Amino acid sequence: MIAVNANFTSAAYLISAVLFIFSLKGLASPTSARLGNTSGMVGMALAILTTLFVGHHLVYSLIGLAIILGAFMGVVAAKRVSMTKMPELVALMHSFVGLSAVLIAIAAVYNTAEAHTAVQRIELFIGAFIGAITFTASIIAFGKLSGKFSSKPVIFSHQHLLNLILALLMLGFGVIFYIQGNQLAFLVMCAIALILGITLIIPIGGADMPVVISMLNSYSGWAAAGIGFTLNNPVLIIAGACVGSSGAILSYIMCKAMNRHILSVMLGGFGGDSAVDTAANSSQKAVKAGSADDVAFLLTNADSVIIVPGYGLAVSRAQHALQELTSKLISKGVHVKYAIHPVAGRMPVHMNVLLAEADVPYEQVVEMEDVNNEFAHTDVVFVIGANDVVNPAAKKPGTAIYGMPILEAYKANTIIVNKRSMAAGYAGLDNELFYLDKTMMVFGDAKHVVEEIIKAI
Amino acid sequence: MNELLTMQNITIFVLAIFVGYHVVWNVTPALHTPLMSVTNAISGIVIVGAMLQIVDINGETLNLTSILGAIAVFLASINIFGGFMVTRRMLEMFKKKDKNVSAQNK
Repeated sequence: MIAVNANFTSAAYLISAVLFIFSLKGLASPTSARLGNTSGMVGMALAILTTLFVGHHLVYSLIGLAIILGAFMGVVAAKRVSMTKMPELVALMHSFVGLSAVLIAIAAVYNTAEAHTAVQRIELFIGAFIGAITFTASIIAFGKLSGKFSSKPVIFSHQHLLNLILALLMLGFGVIFYIQGNQLAFLVMCAIALILGITLIIPIGGADMPVVISMLNSYSGWAAAGIGFTLNNPVLIIAGACVGSSGAILSYIMCKAMNRHILSVMLGGFGGDSAVDTAANSSQKAVKAGSADDVAFLLTNADSVIIVPGYGLAVSRAQHALQELTSKLISKGVHVKYAIHPVAGRMPVHMNVLLAEADVPYEQVVEMEDVNNEFAHTDVVFVIGANDVVNPAAKKPGTAIYGMPILEAYKANTIIVNKRSMAAGYAGLDNELFYLDKTMMVFGDAKHVVEEIIKAI
Repeated sequence: MNELLTMQNITIFVLAIFVGYHVVWNVTPALHTPLMSVTNAISGIVIVGAMLQIVDINGETLNLTSILGAIAVFLASINIFGGFMVTRRMLEMFKKKDKNVSAQNK
């Protein structure tokens, strides 16, 4: 295209980097968030436009075609996806970033018109292996979240040893590539990294998915930054570093919410063994089952009700029906609140988004720390499709989720639990709450049950 | 020259981590899901690296480098468009809620 001064393009890249930072800053409050999102879009558009002027011998038709196709797919996916499926979509998109980082690195290595210096070879190596691990790990995370693979951790002996050997092998081929610039060594290195992505993620159980998603979010940022190093492109480095640290912070917050150490999450194995022995004795205990009419009676006669929504609510898309039920109860003079656990759903504060979708007023939604004191003087707690986040086992040393902060629903006078079946939750643990004398179980799909209750009121 | 450039890159990288760290801690917890989708879109910035691979080499438009680059551009675009659009959709819901709140207060 037209030759443009290098200072000019650098300035344009700088502006787009600043716009990205503004887009993150905008999320500090819901009012500025939309402006932030727009500034991110402008930053991205600017970066893409600038790149058209930076490149030499670019094939514009091919670039245009690839962008248009990708844009179409992206827009369709964004419009169609239900809020419930957000975690899967995010996991899938992380894998795209990872894969494109790998492809870029391979493309650069096979670019016969350009020779790479030793430093660039190290940078290519780093960008490619982080990208490759992000790619396959995200695919597995996506499979676990969408139920295509079992969410149970896959554990075998010498697992960590295998990972270590793979990592060393990968490093070895990286060194060969660094010394000789051997293209084949680079490909082998990428292949090992792809396998490593799988072996690293399979031992991690479904309950830790909010942490894993945040971690992969972070990796995808580091992969982008790695590519930025290779291409000496500051906007890639800045954007990548911001995304990387954002993901790292989210992983830390999620770990804290589940009282898990990041290392023990990554080493995996959580939610596997305990499922076996608790599932065996749960069949011997009796639960009290009730009907939608019973629930309607209890709810309308209560003075105060706290609703604890979980992933089951999201799956059956009962949030709108639930909001209708809440309005009915409020019109009858019942005080209703929603209590949200930070890891309810499958990604950080997924539940807040779902309730927002159903127009639940902000002031009815309370966070865990604020609501835990209130359970003791609450008449009825209505748990819908939640399990692990109300499991009192978290207070008992030795259980798999010991120490995880929970919503103390067991303190309430009456507890109503809606679940599809007595199956264990995502952590694979039995829940004592269900066997209490003051607990009534209502089995069935959340949306169906809530609609029945509305009819009965 | 090249070492100098690498040092500059590392400087930018470290400073950007600090900026990211401070900005993200200020994000309100209720918006952590949109944060994730918007950072997802932003990591689509790899598109810049991908575009630079779509070059003609010795007059050939379709070569291994340009084809791999085109696939990478395609994937990154899905991320960019999908990520920003889905974030906007989520934020729209929060906007609705804000209106409701102010309507009730009036």
